[in-house]
Amino acid sequence: MLIIEDLAVEVGGKTILNHINMEIPKGETHILFGPNGSGKTSLMMTIIGFSGYTVTHGKITFKGEDITYMPIHERARLGVGVSFQRPPTINGLKTKDLVALCARKNPADVENLAKMLNFTNFLERDVNRNFSGGEIKRSEMLQLMAQEPDLVLLDEPESGVDLENIVLLGEVVNKLLERGVKHSRGIMEHAHLKKSSKSALVITHTGHILDYITADKGQVLYNGHLCCSRNAREILKWIREYGYEECVRCTM
Amino acid sequence: MHDVSNKPKTDIELSNYQSEAEKHEYVEDLSKVETVDSSQWLNVGVDIAEHDRAGTFIQKDCSVIHSKAMSDGVEVMGISDALKKHDWLKDYLWKYISPEKDKFTEAARQNPHEGYFIRSSPGVKSKKPVQACLYIAKEGFSQNVHNVVIAEEDSEMHIITGCSTSPHLVTGLHVGVSEIFVKKNATLHFTMIHDWGEEINVRPRTAIHVEEGGVIISNYISLRPVGSLQMSPTTYLDGKGAVARFNSILVASAGSHLDVGSTVHLNKPDTRAEIISRAITVGGTIIARGDMIGKVAGCKGHLECKGLLLNDGIMHAIPELQGHVPGVEMSHEAAVGKIDQKEIEYLMARGLDEDEAVSTIVRGFLNVDIEGLPSGLAAEIDKAITETQKDMM
Repeated sequence: MLIIEDLAVEVGGKTILNHINMEIPKGETHILFGPNGSGKTSLMMTIIGFSGYTVTHGKITFKGEDITYMPIHERARLGVGVSFQRPPTINGLKTKDLVALCARKNPADVENLAKMLNFTNFLERDVNRNFSGGEIKRSEMLQLMAQEPDLVLLDEPESGVDLENIVLLGEVVNKLLERGVKHSRGIMEHAHLKKSSKSALVITHTGHILDYITADKGQVLYNGHLCCSRNAREILKWIREYGYEECVRCTM
Repeated sequence: MHDVSNKPKTDIELSNYQSEAEKHEYVEDLSKVETVDSSQWLNVGVDIAEHDRAGTFIQKDCSVIHSKAMSDGVEVMGISDALKKHDWLKDYLWKYISPEKDKFTEAARQNPHEGYFIRSSPGVKSKKPVQACLYIAKEGFSQNVHNVVIAEEDSEMHIITGCSTSPHLVTGLHVGVSEIFVKKNATLHFTMIHDWGEEINVRPRTAIHVEEGGVIISNYISLRPVGSLQMSPTTYLDGKGAVARFNSILVASAGSHLDVGSTVHLNKPDTRAEIISRAITVGGTIIARGDMIGKVAGCKGHLECKGLLLNDGIMHAIPELQGHVPGVEMSHEAAVGKIDQKEIEYLMARGLDEDEAVSTIVRGFLNVDIEGLPSGLAAEIDKAITETQKDMM
């Protein structure tokens, strides 16, 4: 689905990502760990193509197409979707109108999607205007639900979300990724283990989101380098126990 | 680069305009009006079918060609008829505007060409709007009108005034002296839509007097090209708890010069004022002013001037706040710039191309919630904004 090869990225003339190699196969969810300032968000911004993130070396391939220098909206239409950490406020644009725009040609059932995210009361509000951290997350997920991307990039989906809503958010992420098993009336339904066609890259700091979603792999970004690639829970355990510096030592 | 400056191209020479125009006949049946005229009126919210209207006033050049009230307790007529009918009305003329204010007010006194008189009787609450249209058809004409609006005690009234010119008109001058009186506990919604022409000069001179508990909500919309427009209605909140709210939506294309502001005097305790303007320049000049003068403790005001420069042009925001005593509470927010790239890219990340993203942001920017607009008119404005966007792209 996504292949990143020997990628180097500059911001303001300064190299912030170097020698990045990454592959997220179809249907897999990868977790990206890393301390503050390690370049996690920058990597995500580079994948979607925001200005200010200049690729100086390497290549990004999505669904077999070279997207390294593709305009943002073409990447989005090709199937890349992002949940931003700090999205801008858009004054005068109602959230429900943006959600409808995200769906493009497919008519989205905005009301029902909002109900699922417990977000109905926000539909009439301007996009992100005076939204709390948790409200921003739900607004972002609502937009992604309408957009239905094949590769979902989530930037700290759990930060600022209260305990009640984190469960909800986990469910929505699973729904978005066509994964997870839904329990109903206490009986586990017969799960058809159909392989999902959706992939994800999830940035997390705390790892809390791992309690709610299924991760296939974890990677650690440290000082602009991808240092480690193995089971996500294992990595989390190491980081919790020894800190990032010790954790990445094993690969150096 | 277009030639832009924040001064009007030239001073207006009144002698360049004719102050006489041939009379137009009164039109009883508005369906007989030629579409070349009526479609211009519709663009500014004046509907000859008169759906959901409480009254209609239409003036072409110097002639009142139609005027009637269709709602009990609402009067709509030309100012000269009104002066004949109401002996007391002369005391309302030039009450809060001096004819010596400038040469335009002087011209309106010396060469008056009618204007409207609209009044709601005490206690009458009318939800349907009265529509008034001031229309220039004669080339090179200086239309000098004097309007008086009175919302009597405890009444509620909505007025839509649309000003436009005949499509072939090249030059013209519109001078409009308007005196608006909002009596005790009355509410007046006043929406003004301008659709002039590329070389038409416009000089409205407006004073609004609001008594105790009275509310004036004024919306001003100018989206189409205009040679030069200069106005700054002055509002006097002269009674306890009086409220003034001004919204303006301005678009200046290349060659347009808009100098638009509002001045509000907060003279009594618990008075409130809000001035909000959203302005976009696509090559023209906009000076967006706001001036609040707080004279007593316990008055509150907020000013918001937001301007976008979409390509060339000048955007000049001038918010002013004057506190004359401790205990006034006034604030302002002014921002001038281009569309934030982050906003464009955010929408592009949802699949909108750059043009779609920009027009979505612009539409949102202009989308101030305008109170008291009849839904049909809100749709009209939305249509005008969409059309304006096409011109911007």
